[in-house]
Amino acid sequence: MNGKTSMELRIGSSSENESLARVCVAAFAARLDPTLEEIADIKTAVSEAVTNCIIHGYEGSEGEIRISCSIEEKRLHVEVEDQGVGIMDIKQAMEPLFTTKPELERSGMGFAFMEAFMDELSVTSSPGQGTKVVMEKEIGKAGLYGYSGTD
Amino acid sequence: MSEETGYEIDGGTLFIRIKGDLDHHMAEGIREEADRLIDAYGVRHVVFDFSKSGFMDSSGIGVIMGRYQKLHYAGGSVSVAGIGGRLEKVFQLSGLNRIVGRYEEAKMGGKGRR
Repeated sequence: MNGKTSMELRIGSSSENESLARVCVAAFAARLDPTLEEIADIKTAVSEAVTNCIIHGYEGSEGEIRISCSIEEKRLHVEVEDQGVGIMDIKQAMEPLFTTKPELERSGMGFAFMEAFMDELSVTSSPGQGTKVVMEKEIGKAGLYGYSGTD
Repeated sequence: MSEETGYEIDGGTLFIRIKGDLDHHMAEGIREEADRLIDAYGVRHVVFDFSKSGFMDSSGIGVIMGRYQKLHYAGGSVSVAGIGGRLEKVFQLSGLNRIVGRYEEAKMGGKGRR
């Protein structure tokens, strides 16, 4: 594929929209001809990011989540952004098993999954203004769990 | 659109059959209904059957872990069935495989599935 192609999706912070978000991003990524495993990786990472916006960013109240995706060469770029409460301590929030909402049975694995299933993850946040998660994944390379031949 | 989750009690065991994607949206409903059934029928064991599901994220991990905590201290247990491929990867990565066992698939055919 030549050049750059992009997509933007704006959804409300309702949990029903989690499946919509991951299916849309997966459909967008389909033009890179990903494996089923890569599709599942993308869906899981998007699901985690959007769920975070709903539970933590907006804390169950109404708000808008912006998801923008682009493809350049074989790379998928995904941004998930809210204008919610923001994160006080990003480093702590990204630690596996850390959660501020144990009463909601949050496993604290959200960021760990995004990190495991995508190639790159960065998080920017300002308390009171919102959070933006940027993820990238190269499609079509022999992955960590896939076939690894000789170069 | 996912079908409805199936619930079935056999003796002291509650079988929860997940149909479709186990995400935050589905997890909330399961948590509520499972706890209602556990308390009402004195359930001691819970089996999550994933043979009709191909997707689970960290919210799914949370709902399984929550039922484990609820039952473990009362001497009960939680196990999973029908986990393969993708779900296996998520299950291993979360560390849940260290505290939650596999329900014997053979038993599933006899008891859980009717």
